[in-house]
Amino acid sequence: MSLRPDLAAIADMIAPNSRVLDVGCGDGTLLEHLKRTRNVDGRGIELSQQNVNQCVARGLSVLQGDADADLADYPSQAFDVVILSQTIQATRAPAKVLENLLRIGQRTIVSFPNFGHWRVRLSLLFNGRMPRTRALDYAWYDTPNIHLCTIRDFTQMANQSGAKIEKALALGANGTKPIHADAFGPNLMAEGAIFLMNRRGDAAWGPAISRAGSS
Amino acid sequence: MAQTANPTFLRPVSEPEAETGKAVTFSAPLTLDCGRTLAPFTIAYMTYGTLNAARSNAILICHALTGDQFVASRHPLTGKPGWWDIMVGPGKPIDTNRFFVICTNVIGGCMGSTGPASTDPKTGKPYGLDFPVVTIRDMVRAQAMLIDALGIEKLLCVTGGSMGGMQVLQWAASYPDRVATAVPIATAARHSAQNIAFHEVGRQAIMADPEWNGGNYGNAQPGKGLAVARMAAHITYLSEAALQRKFGRELQDRDQISFGFGADFQVESYLHHQGMTFVDRFDANSYLYITRAMDYFDLASDYNGVLADAFRATKAKFCLISFTSDWLFPTPENKRIAHALNATAANVSFVEIESDKGHDAFLLDEPEMLQTVRGFLNAAANTNGIA
Repeated sequence: MSLRPDLAAIADMIAPNSRVLDVGCGDGTLLEHLKRTRNVDGRGIELSQQNVNQCVARGLSVLQGDADADLADYPSQAFDVVILSQTIQATRAPAKVLENLLRIGQRTIVSFPNFGHWRVRLSLLFNGRMPRTRALDYAWYDTPNIHLCTIRDFTQMANQSGAKIEKALALGANGTKPIHADAFGPNLMAEGAIFLMNRRGDAAWGPAISRAGSS
Repeated sequence: MAQTANPTFLRPVSEPEAETGKAVTFSAPLTLDCGRTLAPFTIAYMTYGTLNAARSNAILICHALTGDQFVASRHPLTGKPGWWDIMVGPGKPIDTNRFFVICTNVIGGCMGSTGPASTDPKTGKPYGLDFPVVTIRDMVRAQAMLIDALGIEKLLCVTGGSMGGMQVLQWAASYPDRVATAVPIATAARHSAQNIAFHEVGRQAIMADPEWNGGNYGNAQPGKGLAVARMAAHITYLSEAALQRKFGRELQDRDQISFGFGADFQVESYLHHQGMTFVDRFDANSYLYITRAMDYFDLASDYNGVLADAFRATKAKFCLISFTSDWLFPTPENKRIAHALNATAANVSFVEIESDKGHDAFLLDEPEMLQTVRGFLNAAANTNGIA
């Protein structure tokens, strides 16, 4: 079973034995992969009941819920890594969500489709209609993607939300490559992006979670 | 020391073919939260399936307020199928071909375990209101003594709905090393004000019945009061949508309203039936005691109000299930448990299942619930090396 390239790139960023929270974990493919190949202690949040059921049947620990409503209830710095994959554009309050992710995880990984990709730009320019692309194949009136952004848009929000960007990857048909988050080129050429971030500065957190006998 | 015998029931067995299970009597006293002790005391229970050599495939099922140990076999008094027949049995999600299932009648109950109708050794008469007030924790303590007597160190799973779910939570808190997985369904870590209020209506109905006689009614049950209590409670187990779908404003055995107070509407006739059949199988004082145990349940209160601290030591993997139309134990109460577990970094899954059947959904054919439990237990069995 080969992992989707963007998920594989995310997996590569995660150290063995980490505690991982996958927000919007779908059917649990990434979590299961991480558990198997990196022995992570993984948890998930997923909106769809069907997906949650699949996860539970796979032996994964997943809560039905959504990023907007439920992240606020998680304790600070409870996870080594928090993942939000291809979901931030569908949240009601992306900045709030990102702030929560940065608070909950030592590190945060966010991937999203790039609305600045040249195909999107050309589609709007020449057709004069809301773009529909391979990555974003919805009519404007029934899309779950209510907060689309470009790589530079995301970079700006991340900076405002107190994130320090450790690494940014462009996501394309031929895999991933490192980029400078604020550069002009990738914002035009990349179909999507993956950001690895941590919380900037010396924010005071509550005591980290510790449990006897657990990693 | 413990002695095992056949259970004694309050009413005659009407189904001679039905299994009646066992009853174990402990001479060691059961210390209760109220400060009193119960000795001797008896727990009646049923088992299904076979305990494996490693004693690692045992699943304890905890029943709800008016349930009993007959979870997956014909009821010896009513002849009805097991109350969780849909969930438990050969090939079912809780597969008795694979797991050893134990279900006990709670302390305070009336199906063979020691309760207010049992004989008080001091007087030779039924306890009545001299029976000590028991709590969910007392029920669980008694169950743990039975699990010890059965020679089981660790339970693969503890599960149950409603009050059964409360016992599941208490098990995880009281015996953190003895529970591998926990599946609390349609439950709460505390009884809400609204739930206490409904229970009080039921209790007052029983105590207002002259036949109740301060709890000393012998064989003449306060049937009217108990029936009203059951009727009121039954409404809380259903959703408005389910009542509407089942009955609407349909009339019962008549073409028009009678301008009187007979059971004009089908919904009235249904409730009357529920009340009447309940009286035949349940004890009024037991109803007082068990509702009280639920009212007193507030797991966080044992941990300075911090629910998360109740789960600090547990190593159990949890799967919580709630139903969208359950207004008695609504989703937010179940989520509160999930959040507390999250705060301790425990292993927890949570599913809210779409259903219009109200609180009773957990007893009914809800395919998503059955799939969730099946999948979760499969994974648990594989992790724990159970064939």
